[in-house]
Order: sequence, then C-alpha cells, then structure tokens
Amino acid sequence: MRTVLSRRSVAVIGALLLALGGCSRISNSPHPSGAERTNTFFTAFQERSPKYLDPTASYSLDETPYVYSIYEPLYRFHYLKRPYQVAPRAATAVVEPRYLDRNGHALPADAPGEQIAEAVYDIPIRRGIRFAPHPAFARDAAGNYLYHDLTPEQAADKRTPFDFARTGTRELTADDYVYAFKRLATTRIKSPSYSTFADHVIGLKEYGDRIAAADKELRAGVDPASRDLPFLDFRQYDLPGVKALDDHTLRVRLNGKYPQFKYWLTMVFTAPVAWEADKFYAQPGFAEKNLSLNYWPVGTGPYMLVEYQENRRHVLERNPNFNGETYPCEGEAADAAAGLLADCGKPLPFMDRIVFAIEKEKIPHKAKFLQGYYDNPEIQRFDWYQEFEYDVRNSEEVAQLFRERGVQMPRTLEISNWYVGFNWLDPVVGRGKTPEERARNRKLRQALSIAVDWEEFVRVFESKAAGEPAMGPVPPGVFGFRADDINPVVYSVIDGKPRRKSIDEAKRLLAEAGYPGGRDAVTGRPLVLNYDYQRALTPELKAEVEWMVRQFAKINVQLEIRATDYNRFQEKAEKGSLQVFWWGWFADYPDAENFLFLLYGPNSKALTNGNGENAANYDNAEFNRLFDELKYLDDNEHKQRVIDRMLAIVRDDAPWAFGYNPYAGSVNHQWVGNVKPGPLATDRLMYMKVDPALRAARIAEWNRPIWWPVVLMALALVAAVVPAFRAWKRRERETAGRRLAAIEER
Amino acid sequence: MLAYIARRCVYAVLILVGVNLLTFTLFFAVNSPDNIARLNIGSKRVTQDAIEKWKAEHGYDKPLWFNARAEGARKITQTIFYDRSLRLFTLDFGSSDSGRDIRHEVGTRIQASLALAGPMLLLTVFVSIAFSLLLVFFRASYLDFWGTVLCVVMMSISSLFYIIMAQWLFGKTLKLVPLSGFVPGLDLVKFLALPLVVGIVFQLGSEARLFRAMLLEETNKDYVRTARSKGLSEAAVLFRHVLRNAWLPVLTHLGALLPYAFLGSIVFESFFGIPGLGTYVIEAIGGQDFAIVHTMVFLGSLLYILAYLLTDVAYTFVDPRVRLT
Repeated sequence: MRTVLSRRSVAVIGALLLALGGCSRISNSPHPSGAERTNTFFTAFQERSPKYLDPTASYSLDETPYVYSIYEPLYRFHYLKRPYQVAPRAATAVVEPRYLDRNGHALPADAPGEQIAEAVYDIPIRRGIRFAPHPAFARDAAGNYLYHDLTPEQAADKRTPFDFARTGTRELTADDYVYAFKRLATTRIKSPSYSTFADHVIGLKEYGDRIAAADKELRAGVDPASRDLPFLDFRQYDLPGVKALDDHTLRVRLNGKYPQFKYWLTMVFTAPVAWEADKFYAQPGFAEKNLSLNYWPVGTGPYMLVEYQENRRHVLERNPNFNGETYPCEGEAADAAAGLLADCGKPLPFMDRIVFAIEKEKIPHKAKFLQGYYDNPEIQRFDWYQEFEYDVRNSEEVAQLFRERGVQMPRTLEISNWYVGFNWLDPVVGRGKTPEERARNRKLRQALSIAVDWEEFVRVFESKAAGEPAMGPVPPGVFGFRADDINPVVYSVIDGKPRRKSIDEAKRLLAEAGYPGGRDAVTGRPLVLNYDYQRALTPELKAEVEWMVRQFAKINVQLEIRATDYNRFQEKAEKGSLQVFWWGWFADYPDAENFLFLLYGPNSKALTNGNGENAANYDNAEFNRLFDELKYLDDNEHKQRVIDRMLAIVRDDAPWAFGYNPYAGSVNHQWVGNVKPGPLATDRLMYMKVDPALRAARIAEWNRPIWWPVVLMALALVAAVVPAFRAWKRRERETAGRRLAAIEER
Repeated sequence: MLAYIARRCVYAVLILVGVNLLTFTLFFAVNSPDNIARLNIGSKRVTQDAIEKWKAEHGYDKPLWFNARAEGARKITQTIFYDRSLRLFTLDFGSSDSGRDIRHEVGTRIQASLALAGPMLLLTVFVSIAFSLLLVFFRASYLDFWGTVLCVVMMSISSLFYIIMAQWLFGKTLKLVPLSGFVPGLDLVKFLALPLVVGIVFQLGSEARLFRAMLLEETNKDYVRTARSKGLSEAAVLFRHVLRNAWLPVLTHLGALLPYAFLGSIVFESFFGIPGLGTYVIEAIGGQDFAIVHTMVFLGSLLYILAYLLTDVAYTFVDPRVRLT
C-alpha cells in the first residue's frame, strides 16, 4: 500500500513539476491579462487621487496630466523648444496685444507701461474643435437636451457620465472661453486664480460681486448644508472685459499692460467650459454622487476621463472627436539627433489609453517599474529621476540593470528653487529698526548665507535634492538669469570659477554683526536661532535638518529645530512668527516676475494675512519700485538691467540663503518614445508614444516565473507532515491495542 | 434574551455617544477648521477669504461645542459637534471634507476589505486550530516543544517583515505574483494570494499558541479523562469532545476579530495596494478629513458592539447551559 502511494505521489509531483516548468506565462503583472500588448501607457500616482479636475479650481502638480490632457487652453508651452516659448494650442496664433490710453487712443507697442490704460487681445480660435462625447450635449430629435432636467428617480442609478444611454458633442466656440473667464468668479468652488485675473481683466471684480449676489439669491431658502444648489448661469451677466467677437474670435481686455498674461493663457484656468456641462452637473442629487466637473471633466483635449476610482485608478482614453493637432517639427538643435523630430507632422495623440494606478509604497513602486509594468514611474513628478540616478550612481549592479533594460533618463533643470529664508520682521535676523541694527543684521544674514554650503547639500542629498546651487532667486531657463553671474556676497571668483567664501570670512561678518565667536558681544550669551521646518521629521528629513544645524554650527551659531506639519508652518508664516525657515517655489510661468514677486514688499505673507507669497516678508523700497517697473516690461535689455539691479539688492540684503535649483528628469522604459522632460510642458502625454510589442516581449523576458522553489517548499511541508501523520496512526493503533487488551483481560 | 439584547442596545447608544465625544475632542485638539480648509484647498495661493468660504460651504464656520451667539437650544444645535454627530446615529454619513459621498465609498470599499479579510479570517482560524490540535495531540513531545518555539518566533516578527520579505521573494525574485495591486474579477485571485498567505503565516504563531492553551485547558478536564478511559481514540477525544467544549473561548476570540473583516487591515491593505476601508481610514487621517475619520470610528465602534452582541447570542447555541438574562 505504502509503495503504491509513494509511486502515485511521485507521479503527481513529477507531473506538477513538469506543468510548472512549462508554465512560463507571466503571472506577476499588476494589470489585467494582456494589457501590456495594448497601446496603453501605464504610470502611477502616490498618496491620493487628484483633488480638483475642474479647470477653474485645478492648480496642483498632481492634477496636471489629467486636466491638460482633457482641456485645451488657448496657448501652451512648446513641447520641444527651450527656453520655453509660448505657442498656440486652441488658438491659431499667439497674438500681441493692442494698447490704448485712457481716452481709448491707440498706443505704440513700446509705449511706457504707465501710459497704457488698456491692453486688448483679439485671439483667433481654431475651427473644427469638438468636445469629447458627453451626455450633457445629448439632444432629442427636437433639439431639446435629453439630460438637463432629470428627476431624482431618473438620476437615481447614475454615478458616472457613462451610465447615460446617449452622448452628444458640439463645436467649441469663443463663448466657451467667455464662460470660463466668467466662471473664475464662481462662489461655488475654489478659484485660486480669481484674485489675479480680477486685478487685470476689466470688470471681473464687479462681475464677481454680481455673481456673489446672484448666488445668494439662488441659495435663499436652500438648506445651507445641501449640496444641491440651483444652476448658477454665468451667461446671464455681462463681463465687459471678455467677449466673443464671433464664434472663433475671443477678445480679452486688460487694465493696463500685463506682459505675463500670455502665460496665464497657457493655464487650465482659462480653458473652455461648456455651459451645458455646468448645467448638467447642477441637477439635484448629482453632487452627492460626485457627478461634477471636479470628477468628470468635459473638455476638447486629446483625452477624456473614462474611469475615476478614488485613490485607486484613473483612466484617460483617446477623445474620438479630437483632431487637427500634429507633432511639432521644430525643437532644440539636439532634438533631431535624439529622434524627437521623427514624428514631425503626425496626428496626435499617439496613445489610446493612459492608466494611472496608485502606488503607496516606494519599494513595490520601483520594483514594478523595473519589471516593466510601469512605462514611467510617475508622469507628473520629476524627482524620480533623482531617486533612480542616485541608485545607478551608487550601485554598479543597478547601473548594469538599467543599461541592460535600456532605461532612458533625460534631464533638465526645473523652474523652481529651494531656499532658507530669514524673516524680515524678526528682531535678530530681520530688517532691524535703526540703521546700525540693520547693518548688523545684514552682516549676520550674509555670514549665515556663506556658512550654508549648498554645493555640499546637493552632493550629500543627491538622492532627493540633486540640482545646482542658486546664485539668486531667478533660476536658469528664465529671462533675466545670467549663467556667468555670481552672488558676490557668498562667492569669490577664483580661476574664473565661483568659489564659496571661507568660513573665516563668515566668522568675520558674524563678529561685525555683534556676535564674535557666535556669542552676543554685549550679553555673552550664545546666538540661538530657531529653524522652522514644514514637515514632521522622518529619518530621511532629520538627516537634512541636522545637516543644516551643522552648517550654522560652523560659525558657532546654534540652531534649534522646530519641525511641524505644513498647516502649523503656514499659520506661523501668516503670523510672521518664523525666524529661519525652509521653503521653495515652483514657478507658475517662466518669467522672472514670478520669482521676484516672492520678495516684493506688498506681497508679504504676514502683512497680507497669508494672501501674499513673500514668506520672508522682505521689504526694500528700491526693490519694490523696480518690481513695479518690471511688471510692465517685455523681455529686452532694459528688463535685464532692472533684474540685474534687483538681484544685486537682494544678494546684498540676503533675505534668503539662496539654496538650489533642482534637476527635473524623466525615467522611462526603452519602449517609450518622444520623451522630453520639461515641467511646463504640461500637455506632454499627447506627444509621447509606446511600442506595445516591444514592451510585451521585454516584460515576458524579464518576468519568467520561477516555480521550483514553491515545489520544494510544498515537498518540505509534506516531509514535515508525513511523520506526524504516521505518529498519529501509530498512536491510534496503540490506543486500539490497549482497548483490545483490556477487553481480552475482561 | 430579548430583554438582554434591548439592554445591550441601550448601552450601545451610550458607548457610541462616548466614542463620538472622544473622537471629536481628540481630532479638534490637533486640527483647527482652518487647517482642514487649507489642506483641502491646496498649498498655493490660499487666501483667508478662500478658507472662510470653504469653511462655510462645509459647515465648519460654526463654533465647535457651544454657540454663544445663538438663542435657546440653538446654542447647542448650531455647532459643529451637533451637526456632525447627530446624523451618524441615523447612519447618514454625509460627504467627506473633499466632497465625496462617504456611504458610497464605504459600500464600495467594504467589498475589497471583505475580499481579503474574510478569507484571511476563516483560513487563519482553520489553519491555527489545525496546527494547535496537532500540538495538543503531540503535547509534551519534541514536536510540541519545537512547534511552540516556532509559534513564539513567528509572533515575534513584525508583519512588515513578512510583507516585505514575501514581496521580495514571491513578487520580485520568483515573479510568481504581483507585488501589490487590485483588479476585480478572476484576476483578483493572483492579487489576494500573497496577502492571504502572509496574513495567515503572520497570525499563525499567536493564534495557534492561544488555541493550544485553550485546548490544553480542556484536555486536563475530567470528561476528557473519562473519554480516554472509555478507550476512545485520541482523534475522537480531540474532535468530538475537546474541540466542542473549547468553542466558547474560541468564539469570544473570533468575536473580537470579526470587525476587522469589515474594517480591513490598515497595514495589509496599504502595503498590498488593496483599496479597502483600512486604506480609506489611513488616507482620511493623512488628509485630516474629519468627516471620514469620524464616520469610520463610529462604524468601528458599532461593529465591535454588534460583534460582541452576536458572540453573546452565539454562546447560547454553542453551550445550552448559557442563559442571557
């Protein structure tokens, strides 16, 4: 019996081994079977789903791959050209404004900014652009909208726009842009750009007041806690600053000159909004089912959102009504050699679907990328480059793996900066009250600026902070930045290269500031400063913060760490109670104004109750005056001179220890094409492409399952169970024997 | 028994009121409505006006506990506490602070939690009882000794270690299963295999030791000796007598585990990317979403109360001697 069993066992195990040995189909794919063979781009997102997909409200980096793929603003930043150039998107051209004086008379293009009372932009819009299919546009034979007046019963089982039987579309017109501009004044959702636009667009502030009043009327009698609010129709009220001259021409009138306006037109705030969509989503019961523009956007862009599973998965699919866009034929000199112009003139987009899946943990996230299951680890973030670059540099094994797998890692500089700020309102590191105190405090800030060795920082923390030390608040890639310009307060030029000044020099400045040897010359007490950090300290962050403490300690200044969460940190900034702090800025657009406004006095965070972005509360009369002038200047020699002077002022005053400008890179597998990193090229997904056949082949090659250890484990388990089973049987036999013996005895 | 259940229901309401009070106090001790607003609006260009607007839209513009400006009973009813707490008792969870329908989210996510935690609970109990029966059968032998040592070793290791090792071995090195993720339908099996195995192995040590202790306590009783003296086989003694009588403590233990099947495991769901209620809670805490945290704590308490009530009722079926009065 035992022999037969073991033969059978051997046969079964043998068959199992053969079956498993022959089983080479991939089994560790996180996607549905066969997904890698489709024309789909797989990427991931961390932490949570994007919060705002409504173009009026969207302003976060994690939202950009969605909203800029779904909506079409009038302009864009050219995908390939650097420095960044504004190019038309839904518009047919980037137009120059006409300037008028107070009496409505035309002014020349180079008229001084102060004389210009009004800037008029007449923007031509491309014909034939159509909205993606959506039930908001569906009509019956008589032309009535099918789904604009649903009863709660009819809408009861509807949770997504795809639960409706019919969809419709229509052509985009200039009125959709007018509606979008008007909608910036909404009182229903957040509108982060409203205050900026209200300052510039003629009549928008008054329009906002009228909308607020209209909304109040509409809400009369409605339960304040109710999410079902009557449709607020922005078309009913006139906004003098924005008009549709005809179906394909938009006129925008601004108060005075505002050269940066063209950059705002690249942003999704001014992307077209169909009133039908707004009305459709305003129906009773829709809001509580998250049926709104915030979750189910309606645009004219290359993609439409077809799946939204909160904090889990989002899918963009090709908009069947999208046409007319082609791949660019011009770029930088190196682009042709890099194959980035090979698709010149081909219709866009290249990919059918974009799948975003959540990855909360970094280790599996990286592992899945290396297995080939993500084409790019996270499309909207550029710090993955630093992560992988660090791995590659520090491990020959990893470097070899990356080479074998043909991982592409193109790099550029991000239009952003990180810095250590000194609060101008603080009595020790701030401006100071008397001229003597101001001079002393300035020397203290200069000494600290020299002491913090940013060259070392980007080297030590290259896994997350790779970049280049900054010479001022304006980063490379922005008009006004000079590659040969150095910060003379912190650097000396030796052999034609900038060298950070010595610690002795910093100590000398510190002594002149009234703190010889790091002690107060009057009281003899050690100089202790508070360092506010915007996050709770993880081990990784602790290393960074302690590094900062060591930098200050080099000149015997003690730094007390005050790490907190971002909310508390913001509160302290608003109250002006920070002393020394860590902060950064990611540009809205590539203009020096967008960085220098961080140091503009009237923009002080503490003095504007948190409304300004000048976290250091820096205030210098000459700098402020120059900034007022800069706002009106086009990119020319004069603007460069103004920027140079402003940089000289802030370098001398040192309200920041100018930190570093981080690298931005992209990490992609070999089958991903047309990749050019550029944080401002927000519509990049439509230019990128994948080779599904190559991907499927590589994934199969890299992910052959190995089953034999599992068989060994199973055998080991059997080997452990069999003796126990035998012992069990033996005991049973012994018990039976004892019972038999007892019976026989009786 | 009905009187007993009615009394327990009254206690349940009092417990829920207490839990509610505690959750509210603790949450708002560390988060102000301004903080919550700021986090929801975003980090760039957030004005105080925008914060005030957000608070008004989400009902955070009222005082927390007591509205001194209101009249009469409205001093209490016109507060955030009253607004947020009362409706929970009618199981109206409302919307999250980010505007999403909590009831729908809970309904969707509970399926993912159950898909993992349900089988995990049943299989863990089954495997642990089988293993503990084996140890009890071989009590005082080398197998029992080394089995117990193994249990102690297994329960001494963090679940994170098991997870990371399993992901590394089975997902990354052997490439047998996905490292993490969740796809509904038939593909679900390959996503649940690894967390299930890891969950069982991780809990096996502590559960088997607990069940072993419960079973051993029974094996020393007189009725077991009588059964053996009758000459019953050891298997018959264990399965027919010991196991049956050990059900009461096992049931108590199961009652405590039952809510996890619904609420999900925070660690397992987070590491294996399972979109269940465990991750929902973690995300809500990370996002300082009071509405979700409040709801989930309330639901958790409710499930515990129900689970213990069900356990008590189940006693009467398992042991006819038990009377609920």
